[in-house]
Amino acid sequence: MSTETIEKSEEKVVKAAEPLLSKKRRKLVTNPLDDDNPITLQVLGICSALAVTIALKGTVIMAIAVFFVLVSANVIISALRNTIPNRIRIIVQLVVVASLVAVVDQVLKAYAFEQSKQLSVFVGLIITNCIVMGRLEAFALGNKPWDSLLDGVGNSLGYGWIIIAIAFVRELFGSGKLFGAQVLGDWYLNNGFFATPAAACIILGIIIWILRARSGYTEE
Amino acid sequence: MSKFNKNSNTYILLYAVVMTLIFGTLLAFVSESLKEKQKAEVLIEKQKFILKAAYGEKGLDGVKKPEITPLYNEIVKVAVVNNQGEPMDTEEAKIKIGKEYKKSKDSRALPIYIVGKKDNPSEVESYVMPVYGKGLWDFIWAYVALDADLKTIEGIVFDHVGETPGLGARITDASVQERFVGKELNFASNTVDAPDFQKGEGTDYSSSPYKVDGLSGATITAKGVNDMLDDYLAMYLPYINQNREKQ
Repeated sequence: MSTETIEKSEEKVVKAAEPLLSKKRRKLVTNPLDDDNPITLQVLGICSALAVTIALKGTVIMAIAVFFVLVSANVIISALRNTIPNRIRIIVQLVVVASLVAVVDQVLKAYAFEQSKQLSVFVGLIITNCIVMGRLEAFALGNKPWDSLLDGVGNSLGYGWIIIAIAFVRELFGSGKLFGAQVLGDWYLNNGFFATPAAACIILGIIIWILRARSGYTEE
Repeated sequence: MSKFNKNSNTYILLYAVVMTLIFGTLLAFVSESLKEKQKAEVLIEKQKFILKAAYGEKGLDGVKKPEITPLYNEIVKVAVVNNQGEPMDTEEAKIKIGKEYKKSKDSRALPIYIVGKKDNPSEVESYVMPVYGKGLWDFIWAYVALDADLKTIEGIVFDHVGETPGLGARITDASVQERFVGKELNFASNTVDAPDFQKGEGTDYSSSPYKVDGLSGATITAKGVNDMLDDYLAMYLPYINQNREKQ
């Protein structure tokens, strides 16, 4: 599994005649969910994973926002990959990502006002989320749009399920709620520790431990 | 694409210009088309803050978002005064507290939201006054609801731009805002002192109407809140006195 990450950038995965959801292509989506997860294996994007996971509602919106940005950016960059001058490719990527993030931010302000206030600066910070730039550099620049789309879907879902899992634990134990609705009764005394980012760090550590123990992955 | 030299300066410059134009247009279009909706959201939030300050956190339970504006229109009356308590003919809808804050104290327009009782809108439930000031990192503001006696704080709703989550940003927590409920303004000759956050956290100040349990780890935000309340209530004082005399 470890070799897979290293070779990722050279992967020219599929031939033209392959079916739309061939085994290899399905792997583009499923690998990042588990064995090649951007958070747990590559340990990217954990800054927002710690910051926005205090409650499920905001976290789900964050996951959707990252999904939209990553998938669209992957497709756009992949479609433009043969025209982008190498010398300014990072800037081109930034322009695409930043524009998409600005669009997401504006839409959230109009249609999910409270959540957008709660997520505040972290929506804007999707621009600097290493997962997004990482996938553009490592995958979209070298692969066709459809593959890049699948790669974007896989990686953003891989990011999404981890932050949602963290938010689940934090909201449940931190405030006895899920999606803002009280689920634990009066007997439960809220554990304020879970409301702090430090708790996210520990939960994330535990998730990484479980996943790595299962896959047998070790750092080289 | 092979006929272009992708590394020539002309190509790169053209690419950058075209790219900027396309994405610039896209962003301008998105921003323009969502502007009205965003403004409406901000307005609803303001109305919600005012009602929440007056009726308390639980007082708005069961009121759904589309119902806020009709409820607000039914029970809230607005007055705009200056810091002498004289009415100003500025339209409330056009007042931005943040912009007023930058003017000198003499020329600021001070809106007052007179919230009626839910079952009888003509009877005053509370006077809600917006206040504005500086926290640690950026601006903070609040809606202070004074009881009909214009002395007791009935509720307060804080908001902020960028206070530290978990520390200063706790001013938006219901549990922190509730600490102000029932506290009183301290009137002395021609001045007024708002209840203050004290140093440290966890002390029971329930017997003291002018002291509020503080925010541990957020001393500067708490001080900002104290200054903001004192500053603005002093400006509202002439209006408060006029209306207290009427009672």
